[in-house]
Amino acid sequence: MKKHHYVIALILFIILLFFATKVFSSTNSQSLILASPCAGCHGPEGNSPGAIPALNGKSPLFISMMMKAYKNDKRQSSVMNRIAKGYSDEEIDLIAKAFK
Amino acid sequence: MKPFNRREFIKSVGLLGAFSSLGYSIQSLASSVQANVVIVGGGFGGATCANYLHKYNPNINVTLIEQNANFVTCPFSNTVIGGFNNLDFITHGYSALNKKSSIKVVQDRVTSIDPDNKFVKTLAGKKIPYDRLVISPGISFIWDAIEGYNETLSDKLPHAWRPGKQTQLLRQQLVDMKNGGTVIIAPPGNPFRCPPGPYERASLMAEYLKKHKPKSKILILDAKDKFSKQPLFQNAWDELYPDMIEWTPGSQGGNVIRVDAKKMTVSTEDDTYKGDVINIIPPQRAGDIAAKANLVNDKGWCPVDQKTFASKMQQHIYVIGDACIAGKMPKSGYAANSQAKVCAMQLIADLDGRPTFEPSWINTCYSLIAEDYGISVAMVYRYSDKGIVGVKGAGGVSPPEADNKLRKQEAEYAKGWYQSITKDMFS
Repeated sequence: MKKHHYVIALILFIILLFFATKVFSSTNSQSLILASPCAGCHGPEGNSPGAIPALNGKSPLFISMMMKAYKNDKRQSSVMNRIAKGYSDEEIDLIAKAFK
Repeated sequence: MKPFNRREFIKSVGLLGAFSSLGYSIQSLASSVQANVVIVGGGFGGATCANYLHKYNPNINVTLIEQNANFVTCPFSNTVIGGFNNLDFITHGYSALNKKSSIKVVQDRVTSIDPDNKFVKTLAGKKIPYDRLVISPGISFIWDAIEGYNETLSDKLPHAWRPGKQTQLLRQQLVDMKNGGTVIIAPPGNPFRCPPGPYERASLMAEYLKKHKPKSKILILDAKDKFSKQPLFQNAWDELYPDMIEWTPGSQGGNVIRVDAKKMTVSTEDDTYKGDVINIIPPQRAGDIAAKANLVNDKGWCPVDQKTFASKMQQHIYVIGDACIAGKMPKSGYAANSQAKVCAMQLIADLDGRPTFEPSWINTCYSLIAEDYGISVAMVYRYSDKGIVGVKGAGGVSPPEADNKLRKQEAEYAKGWYQSITKDMFS
């Protein structure tokens, strides 16, 4: 009987893993799709070679705070105020996660 | 089936745990599908698409077919015409891309596409099969739209809208022009590549002429009645180059209908103008291969599913960049770069048999009015039932009233943008 418990537990675990994978996977790909255009100015993976601030190595919390400050016009920049207004706060958090 | 014992259970869980953590690094798409993707055109769309297919799934064999050994960018080509960068600055090689394990760069020209049997043929006589094909051919010119103008005459009246020799030619003509000469720029109607480009060009020509030939004039004879970032350009022209640049809109006699290359004259419905340097920017359509492969509509541009960039005309073919109809997105290098990344993800989802992703794009475009005076336009785009649209409340142009500090910063960011996006494409 004990062995059956393992089987049930394993099946439940696989089901759980399946949904977890689904959720993680879609969160991850959404993060990727939202953040990928940032490279156009901030460089690949946030590695900016020029005058535009780099994003690599910055904490997700920092990026998220800065983007929300631009969105609410609490900070001024050239294009970032106009760009940050294109995203919900949840999306900003997803973008920030991409540069971990 | 033999029931699991405790040890096997732990082993299985451990294995699954390890497996499920594979592919969750942010730059990978957790896809391991193997396929052959051919990309035609190594510009902002094609080079980016190759690079991001490699990042997202290095099991996909990418063949990037580009006819030139190097890529010369249209962005920043006006700085070559203005004289503060040389052609090397805007020229990029493919060696870093070619070194990547899943990318092969082939210097050749695609002459035909067989969508039923899924292969392309090249000028060198190669037949290259594909599972998915991405076309990023940029633009071709409609040479016969203006009476008296043709492709051969572009050696005398350069367009400089596909950069390289043409850029150098226009620069040289400007250098050779006498003080007190007249430059005529004739931009086409919409849609065309790089909407603010002709006006940036006028600005950087004016910066050069003001220093070296201050009695000269620039006439913009426009097919349109308005243009990108117009108030910002016009205010800056008044401030920096008073009385040097004169813009005539299409409805007030600006639309060029005829040129006479021998007499060096340009005619609109109302008048004929004599120029010392004449820059005709002809109307445009998608790059030639798009029409050859029946990927275009009656206006010469490629209709696509704007969520994925899959062609509406042919199966298993994607079209990105200037050649495609991308809703409200302009035909710009940034737009092509952004579209290429969405296309790479959607193409992988397609190969994987997964649902499409919810896409998102950005376009940011800096223009230089002088070497140290920049302006910008930006927008975030989403997919809707009307195709690609800008997000309400987001985007827009630089503030009309701004101090020189912001203009200078935007000029520095223009260069920073250029360095970043070319690194994103070619490294």
